[in-house]
Amino acid sequence: MAKKKFVVGCFNDEAVLFPAVKKVRTAGYKIHDVYTPFAVHGLDHALGLRETSLHTAGFIYGITGTSTALGCISWILTYDWPLNIGGKPHFALPAWIPITFELTVLFAAVGMVLTFCYLCQLSPFIKKHHFHARATDDLFVMVIETTDKTNVDDLTSFLSNAGAVETDVQIAEAGWWLGRYDKDEVPFQNKIVAA
Amino acid sequence: MSSIKEHFEIPARLKTWAYALIGVGLLALIIGFITKGRGTEEEQVVFIGTIMYNTIFWTLITNASMFFICITTLAMGGWQQSFRRIPEAISTMVPIFGSITVAVLLFVVFSGNHHIYHWLDTNAVANDEVLKGKSGFLNVKFFTIWTLLAVGLWSLLGWRMRQISSEADTAAFNGETGASFIWRNTVRAALFTVWFALTVGSTVPWLWLMSLDAHWYSTMYSWYTFASTFVSGISLIALWVIYMKNKGYLEYTNQEHLHDLGKFMFAFSIFWTYLWFSQYMLIWYSNQPEETLYFKHRVQGPYKGIFFLNLIINFICPLLILMKSSAKRNYTLVTFMAVLIIFGHWIDFYQMVMGSISKEQVTLGWLDFGILSLFVGLMIFFVSKALAKKPLIVKYHPFLKESIIHHT
Repeated sequence: MAKKKFVVGCFNDEAVLFPAVKKVRTAGYKIHDVYTPFAVHGLDHALGLRETSLHTAGFIYGITGTSTALGCISWILTYDWPLNIGGKPHFALPAWIPITFELTVLFAAVGMVLTFCYLCQLSPFIKKHHFHARATDDLFVMVIETTDKTNVDDLTSFLSNAGAVETDVQIAEAGWWLGRYDKDEVPFQNKIVAA
Repeated sequence: MSSIKEHFEIPARLKTWAYALIGVGLLALIIGFITKGRGTEEEQVVFIGTIMYNTIFWTLITNASMFFICITTLAMGGWQQSFRRIPEAISTMVPIFGSITVAVLLFVVFSGNHHIYHWLDTNAVANDEVLKGKSGFLNVKFFTIWTLLAVGLWSLLGWRMRQISSEADTAAFNGETGASFIWRNTVRAALFTVWFALTVGSTVPWLWLMSLDAHWYSTMYSWYTFASTFVSGISLIALWVIYMKNKGYLEYTNQEHLHDLGKFMFAFSIFWTYLWFSQYMLIWYSNQPEETLYFKHRVQGPYKGIFFLNLIINFICPLLILMKSSAKRNYTLVTFMAVLIIFGHWIDFYQMVMGSISKEQVTLGWLDFGILSLFVGLMIFFVSKALAKKPLIVKYHPFLKESIIHHT
């Protein structure tokens, strides 16, 4: 995996963050990601991220659940092992609806959780670089990718002007890796946070 | 605020439409009265039944508007404030349609028309253990008092809700008066909601509709009726909101609000189906004659087509068409779905009432659509009048800003 150079700007207010994101994007810098302590409404639009296709995946999982349930029960109860239950017809559709519903929900829910984890690259044993420990507490951390041509000093002062309370340059792994923090990297080492 | 069009001027075309629909409706009513209302006993029953389900349907869906305001008030909701004058205006129909309903129902009860309400037949009740057991509830006195009380209190408590909303038109609130305004809103909304639960949520559908099959009962029935009327009520609100947007009013209402109305339409269509199925499946499974008598002629008799059409329009269509979020934000699609849902639940009411009083024959025809047009015409006429009476924006409501910046 490739290591890259990142410029990190920390903001302590949403109201400062939004205009800063806009300024950074219009200036042509590439934002790697913004880490926030909570879900910020509308930040995905500000970052120009495309709409997630998670719900489409959910629909497909749901349909799979519906057809699995209906296919399975109808095969079992009408062809493979027909039973007389309370004198009902073998093809007793109303009685199957609750199970069909449950299986639809189960497939959709489990499938969506797994897809969500895949899209966010979340899994046990998978590690990612933490740019700032306070992103989990009270800071909004904007991470900007640099290239060889980027003037890091310019960018740092640009971020400070945009309202960053703290800026930082880090060389870090851009993607994920398999491993342990204590061996590969001590995540929160040497991070003295200004009060 | 200077560019906001606060006062609605009724477009001439809307008036023409209202008059035309009322005209067609009155014509159908008169012709219906001459050909059926004075005909054989069965024809009379069909005539009265047709008026009955229409008036009950329209009373309940306009009343659902006031319920919508009250629950959003109780939940401290802010998003509906930018268009709340629309459900308010729709709810002014409750006294008007309510009086028609009371007149029709009391006419049926006092003329002792036991072809519609079997429990009015005193001889039959005296020889029938089941009906005797129900007679404490199903009798003329209780029916009359409860019907009058229900419609009267919906009108009164709804009027009080609309009254207090006018306070926010004149002057801005400070912290203290604002808090007291919200508190008084909450109290009034709670009173309406409690009465709504005691009537629409339980007794009124039992009395007005379920007692058409005097022997039969279902614990799902009232909720089923409520879900039916609430989802059509929301669709009616959505239609008026879209109409007003088209005419250039309601500047603060946008796709975000439409999205939420669309979610209500989607969610309550599913809720309706849930109740439909819970009622159907248990009766189908246990298969006891005294319970299946309701479904027998609907599922296996002449009403089969309408019965399943009902399920397709009110479940499959909203499920598939309104599922995507972009569909709920699309004015054309929401308009189409709102009309379809209102029509679907009108058909639902048709089979709920006519399926019980005209078991052998499906009577859907010109009379039904004529009476429907009468009620639609009346609704357009009076709602547009009510909209023109008050400013369209609740200018000083403390939660208005929440609605303006609303974001789904």
